Amino acid sequence: MNRQDPRGVLLPRRRFVQGLALGGVAAGLGWAPWRAPAQAAPRAELRGTTFELEIGELPVDFTGRRRLATVVNGRLPAPLLRWRQGDTVTLRVRNVLPVTSSIHWHGIVLPADMDGVPGLSFDGIPPGGEYVYRFAVNQAGTYWYHGHSRFQEQTGLYGPIVIEPRGGERHPAERDHVVLLSDWTDDDPERIYANLKKQSDYYNRGEPTVGEFLRDAHARGLRAALDERRMWQRMRMDPSDLADVSGAAYTYLMNGHAPAANWTGLFAAGERVRLRFINGSSMSFFDVRIPGLKMTVVAADGQDVEPVSVDEFRLGTAETLDVIVRPAADRAWTIFAQSMDRSGYACGTLAPRPGLRAEVPPLDPRPRLAMADMMGAMGMAAPPAGADGMPGMDHAAMDRAGMGHAAMDHMAMGHGAGAAPAASAALATGPEVDMRVARPRTDLDDPGVGLRGNGRRVLGYADLRTLTAPISPRVDRELTLRLTGNMQRYLWSFDAARYAKAPPLRLRHGEHVRITLVNDTMMTHPIHLHGMWSELEDERGEFLVRKHTVSVQPAQRLSYRVSADAAGRWAYHCHLLYHMEAGMFREVVVA
Amino acid sequence: MKARGSIPALGLLCTLGTAAMAQHMHPSEAEAPPAPSSTAAPAMPMDDMPGMDMEPPQKTPAAKPHAAPRATKPAARAGHDAMAMPGMAHGGQAAGMPDMPHDRHAMDRQDMPHGGGEAMPGTAAGDGGTSMDGRPPNDHVPPAPPSGGPTPVPAARMADAMQMHGDAPRAMLRLDRLEYRRATRGDDGMAWEGEAWWGGDLDRLWLKSEGERGDGGLREARIELLWSHAAAAFWDWQLGVRHDAGGGPSRQWAAFGVQGLAPYWFELSATAYAGSGGRTAARLEASYELRFTQRLLLQPRLELDVYGRDDPARGVRAGLSEAEAGLRLRYEISRRFAPYLGIGWTRRFGRFDPPRRPEPARETAWVAGVRFWF
Repeated sequence: MNRQDPRGVLLPRRRFVQGLALGGVAAGLGWAPWRAPAQAAPRAELRGTTFELEIGELPVDFTGRRRLATVVNGRLPAPLLRWRQGDTVTLRVRNVLPVTSSIHWHGIVLPADMDGVPGLSFDGIPPGGEYVYRFAVNQAGTYWYHGHSRFQEQTGLYGPIVIEPRGGERHPAERDHVVLLSDWTDDDPERIYANLKKQSDYYNRGEPTVGEFLRDAHARGLRAALDERRMWQRMRMDPSDLADVSGAAYTYLMNGHAPAANWTGLFAAGERVRLRFINGSSMSFFDVRIPGLKMTVVAADGQDVEPVSVDEFRLGTAETLDVIVRPAADRAWTIFAQSMDRSGYACGTLAPRPGLRAEVPPLDPRPRLAMADMMGAMGMAAPPAGADGMPGMDHAAMDRAGMGHAAMDHMAMGHGAGAAPAASAALATGPEVDMRVARPRTDLDDPGVGLRGNGRRVLGYADLRTLTAPISPRVDRELTLRLTGNMQRYLWSFDAARYAKAPPLRLRHGEHVRITLVNDTMMTHPIHLHGMWSELEDERGEFLVRKHTVSVQPAQRLSYRVSADAAGRWAYHCHLLYHMEAGMFREVVVA
Repeated sequence: MKARGSIPALGLLCTLGTAAMAQHMHPSEAEAPPAPSSTAAPAMPMDDMPGMDMEPPQKTPAAKPHAAPRATKPAARAGHDAMAMPGMAHGGQAAGMPDMPHDRHAMDRQDMPHGGGEAMPGTAAGDGGTSMDGRPPNDHVPPAPPSGGPTPVPAARMADAMQMHGDAPRAMLRLDRLEYRRATRGDDGMAWEGEAWWGGDLDRLWLKSEGERGDGGLREARIELLWSHAAAAFWDWQLGVRHDAGGGPSRQWAAFGVQGLAPYWFELSATAYAGSGGRTAARLEASYELRFTQRLLLQPRLELDVYGRDDPARGVRAGLSEAEAGLRLRYEISRRFAPYLGIGWTRRFGRFDPPRRPEPARETAWVAGVRFWF
């Protein structure tokens, strides 16, 4: 890993662009084995306590088309920032864009005026202006930073942060690589947003077809196939609605490399390699695996967890996950990160030498949402009011949906504890809300659509257990928020109120609240609370894992504790960029 | 839904998951030597990582490595440490647990840290009774307050700073049908149906038009200007005016209707009209999209026109005046542009004789056209 002082970062710009151009050309043709893979570009990395960052534009070419990206110090992704726990860092951020910009330090606990959200933390960094961020770094782990102004994050304004623990890493590794996943588009994000507003399935190239129905009818019988379609069609829901923006518009990148450009992380056989995965995308969930290697998860969202060994994990937008792998042989392994809707993938290589490649696995089949993704836990008991006799809801369906006995038991417990949220009052639909889930599921061990029963050991939230005690030892107050939306109209909100019309959520300084999120939509939403940790609980209220971004699956309910110990005004939003812009955003005031 | 046949696999996965979790080890279980307070646990050999072998959980050392005490929060830290009592955690756990351990996964997980009955020093034991799971204290330090304190900023300015104009107006123009028609009996002609809107997410101004031209000029045309308001999840109501041209003297109507997506994905538009002299009319349009591939779609379509009274000058008789059904097979070169081929059947009821133009009661027409929007 090359180390550079804060001023030395403009050097690799030309090579960087060339590498991208090469990758871009090859990417347009699919993987091109005859083309010499671009060597792993040196990763720009800044360390110390004082940082000079400049937000600007840079021509890039990932697909054969030259586009302007939003970059920091001429790099995409932005330079890796290495901080040390206990230091106070000063970051002087200049903006040479023609528009207002900002940088948000994602997952970092800091004073509210350092958080980088225009309108809440500060006024933004005007064109030609600068802002000096200065704060104490009291945490350790893998985080990231990104723009918080309109769609600048989509056009490239994101980079990794690694904070060295004060006492050294708990799991020392001989190699340490950041793997930042992102979604690049040649299209103007404003146009993507407008397309979604006009036709919300614009980028969905995996919609159910007649042929699929016939195959299904052949396999399962006409009756079952028909029942299932009738169910979805009656609800006007689309089981293929997995990603609003897909590979039809995106080229998925790993550390700024298109698949053909083959980002490579080096190791020597037998070494322990720590991979710090960061989902720096705007709209994409990635399912990550390294065929042939077990991954031991050691940290989630920067916080150390009990090691757990898995074959695969889903990384929600803005989440980070640290894994340790130990490739024993002198050969290459592919890091394969397919998008949740299987419309594309980012990939790179772990190799003992540059230039090696391993086989890239095929994309999994496009998954379909299960009944449980629309209905939650319904179908086990009498259907609640409003769900007029849903056909096809039987235990077999629930099992198919990944809800085995464990989930059934959760439900039973939910009843016993009276933990179910008010099921009747808040369940009206309307222009802002196209569906409600009367009885959400609480199965945190469900890895999610497309990963259920795939024969691999897939990480679920229930597998994550933070090593240290929760920050909130108790709960003073309960809050329930429903994640709502209308896919057809492309409106997204909390509690059916989009940002522009929603009052702030007020927390008393010092109180501990339990926030329960109920997902009334068909999409998985990565919900990010700024300034304070979200301490995820299991169905019984036991602390599981400390996170900054919590992905809530369709028709799922989950709870986390928040210690309101950070005075100020904070952002609270879905980290899918277009959902946030469409209104799935709240201000949180701690006072 | 598509997970059929995976039920056994799923069961297996659950079993595997449970087994894997039963093997979870706290790092402190993997390595014994207690570390000094500010250093992390020593290197954990990867071979000892959970899930990689089947060793039974090792005993938990009594002295768990703690994170570094925070200089800034000595009091709080001391408080935590004072409460850290071995053995406390397990008891608290049991007490805090619901009567029945329903969840197999969770039980396994909870058994893990307490494997040998030796709990690690607790942290928040007794503090509200929510978490007494014996984890060492965290090293969280609350942030300093912002230097200026929270500043009240008007929502409008904030939305401006955030560039989150949720309801910024936008516009769309779509021609659903722009087609050449060749009737099996009757003439060739051009037909169109399109709409344009301008506005926000919930309130929009719509302009709709439909019509047909033949050799003799405009056969019939309808143009409507409507204000549309989102009234339900899938429905808008619309209020406005309609103007008819061609095929006789022009007519003006007030219009009120609903438009939206009916269950089973039927695009539906139903409008009632009231005109001068007590004229009334209604119009229903329904369509559906059957997808053969991601680009090839078949669209069945039905259109009904009903009138409240005779209008001989326009060849309209009371009741169901005209019904039109169509099938169009379109290929989406892009989402925005799709050529199509199709066939249409028209049934005209009770036309006056002779009408302005002789139009057959039944007509079949082949159509070829394009659909596009921007």
